[in-house]
Amino acid sequence: TLKIGNKNCSLQPLIGCPFGSLFQVDNGKEGPNLSRVIPSTEDDVQEKEDAQISGEFRDNRAIVDDNKAQCLSGEDIDEMRRQGATGEEIVEALIANSATFEKKTSFSQEKYKLKKQKKYAPKVLLRRPFARSICEAYFKKNPARIGFLRVDMLSLLLSMGNVAANSDVLVVDMAGGLLTGAVAERLGGTGYVCNTCIGDSLYPMDIVRIFNFSNEICKSIVRASVSDVTSQSETSEQSDQLESACNMEIQSNEQKSSSVSMEDISLSSENGVSDLILEANHSPVNKISKSHKVGEKASQETLKLWKENGFSSMIVVAPELDPWSFVKDLLPLLSYSAPFAIYHQYLQPLATCMHSLQVRKMAIGLQISEPWLREYQVLPSRTHPCMQMSGCGGYILSGTRTATNASSQQ
Amino acid sequence: MLPTDPTKKISFTRCIKEGDLVIVYERHDCMKAVKVCQNSAFQNRFGAFKHSDWIGKPFGSMVFSNKGGFVYLLAPTPELWTLVLSHRTQILYIADISFVIMYLELVPGCLVLESGTGSGSLTTSLARAVAPTGHVYTFDFHEQRAASAREDFERTGVSSFVTVGVRDIQGQGFPDEFSGLADSIFLDLPQPWLAIPSAKKMLKQDGILCSFSPCIEQVQRSCESLRLNFTDIRTFEILLRTYEIRQWRADCGQGTGGGSAGSIRHKRKQHLIEGSGEKENPNNSTVMARPNGEARGHTGYLTFARLKCLS
Repeated sequence: TLKIGNKNCSLQPLIGCPFGSLFQVDNGKEGPNLSRVIPSTEDDVQEKEDAQISGEFRDNRAIVDDNKAQCLSGEDIDEMRRQGATGEEIVEALIANSATFEKKTSFSQEKYKLKKQKKYAPKVLLRRPFARSICEAYFKKNPARIGFLRVDMLSLLLSMGNVAANSDVLVVDMAGGLLTGAVAERLGGTGYVCNTCIGDSLYPMDIVRIFNFSNEICKSIVRASVSDVTSQSETSEQSDQLESACNMEIQSNEQKSSSVSMEDISLSSENGVSDLILEANHSPVNKISKSHKVGEKASQETLKLWKENGFSSMIVVAPELDPWSFVKDLLPLLSYSAPFAIYHQYLQPLATCMHSLQVRKMAIGLQISEPWLREYQVLPSRTHPCMQMSGCGGYILSGTRTATNASSQQ
Repeated sequence: MLPTDPTKKISFTRCIKEGDLVIVYERHDCMKAVKVCQNSAFQNRFGAFKHSDWIGKPFGSMVFSNKGGFVYLLAPTPELWTLVLSHRTQILYIADISFVIMYLELVPGCLVLESGTGSGSLTTSLARAVAPTGHVYTFDFHEQRAASAREDFERTGVSSFVTVGVRDIQGQGFPDEFSGLADSIFLDLPQPWLAIPSAKKMLKQDGILCSFSPCIEQVQRSCESLRLNFTDIRTFEILLRTYEIRQWRADCGQGTGGGSAGSIRHKRKQHLIEGSGEKENPNNSTVMARPNGEARGHTGYLTFARLKCLS
């Protein structure tokens, strides 16, 4: 089930429908349920817009906000629901019983109607899980879990990290697996994304599950500790610990997926439609039975390949750590002329990291950037940037590894 | 440029060969794309660099001129290419490019339609995103620019994933052969609303469209046109603010007397440490960062929309 507003709805009607379908919450006999809605192609939108632009003479000088304008009470509305009124009918009734509605400007009327629709007749849009939507959902609802990684910052990391098919990308992912998943999505099942951990404990990768990857893509997601990738020997104590930790995590992930678990992360967008990202299958079967072998330990063969060729690039999201402390050990693992991108919430650690890299001539083309993102509301006669905005998306240090010896100074 | 060809993939073992495209890096804001040729030489204010010295060295190497000056030789990437390509038109830069690729939900295997091609800055990144199993079909109504773009894609090694067509998309729409096949469409046209009905036919179910326009009036008209058949219409603006760093060293002067009435004079030295080999003295120096004085104020508005699901 899913909680929309303050009601619980079954997700059963969603199964079997294509992504992009629109649903509405209806008041059925057994309680609220979701029903499919085919949206109109809105031929009357143009007429309404023309009417709005020409001749708007009303204003709000006489409207007093004393909470007395609406004649219907909460009980009246509940009674309507019990008698089987649809959400739309309730909204119409509210409009009809509002003393001030006619006095409002047409823009204000539209805003009022959308607000009531969102509450009494909410619509839900079914979306395929993709890096963009998953990132936006978490950034809105639980940003701390993803290290406050905003969607434009994530997109920059992927570009500056030159993520492409057949690449071997080294990642430090303290964003719950969002970065790993986003990289794997762009690799498309070829190459590898090596999720490495600084120190002994594994970083959680739960968010990778939400991407609903195919087996092919899952296989490209592997784990390795820093010592694994740098060491010469075949086995080490740390790598054995890592292997057992990886296996335990895989087992618990499989247990989680075999039950019907749906993560309900919903967003509300400007036009009153909530976007729903589900970990759902195309098939009508409820149980998710495929094995998610994500995050297996990198094989000896793969480790050898990386040591011979180096990684194609590196992306770091470790907002709690000081970057220089581990970047100096990871950079030599990259191929010569490989690009890298390091994200941090704070500017200072990146500034010192950049300086250290410059002084040691380990990298060139170094640049600290900060992305700025603003959304706009575009409506006839009402176009302006949105009132709310994210204040900070973090900072990114990007550069290219040089072929000079890391320890030499000139 | 793309690692899909294993012989071209950058690695510790891969060295510069005759015919390779290298990015000659003089300074962070001074780079040039050069094709390596056994008998050629590269000239700049540091002197003359023989290409034959470059062959056999790994990418990322520092190389010297006859006068002892040096440059770095980097492997080309779409990001570096955007900074060195010749501007036949105004181009898109990394902030817009990266956001577009994320929001169009492009992954290997996708089919993308683009118009106009312009100088091919975005096109190169689109190719990276969809290779090796996908394809970019890009259109420009200017025959010469289309030809230059084709040459560039050959030069950078992405031509197997990009097809350039000469076509007026505003007037004629996209070719019918792509109907219902496009995962995503990108429009950078003066009057994109004219191309939106055709875009609607080309897109697969739940496909995504993006329109880039410098002017807000264009955005308004495009959104009006989109409302008919598209949903989830969102418009953004994205900019990148860059920072410069500097090392401060505090050298304390001598205080006067016992310190009751005296003032301690500090002499502060500022040193710009770009690329120099000065040793760090962690005890009395800090690295400070501040935004660059020059900043880009605006590139264009990005409007995204999804095809309405009507079945």
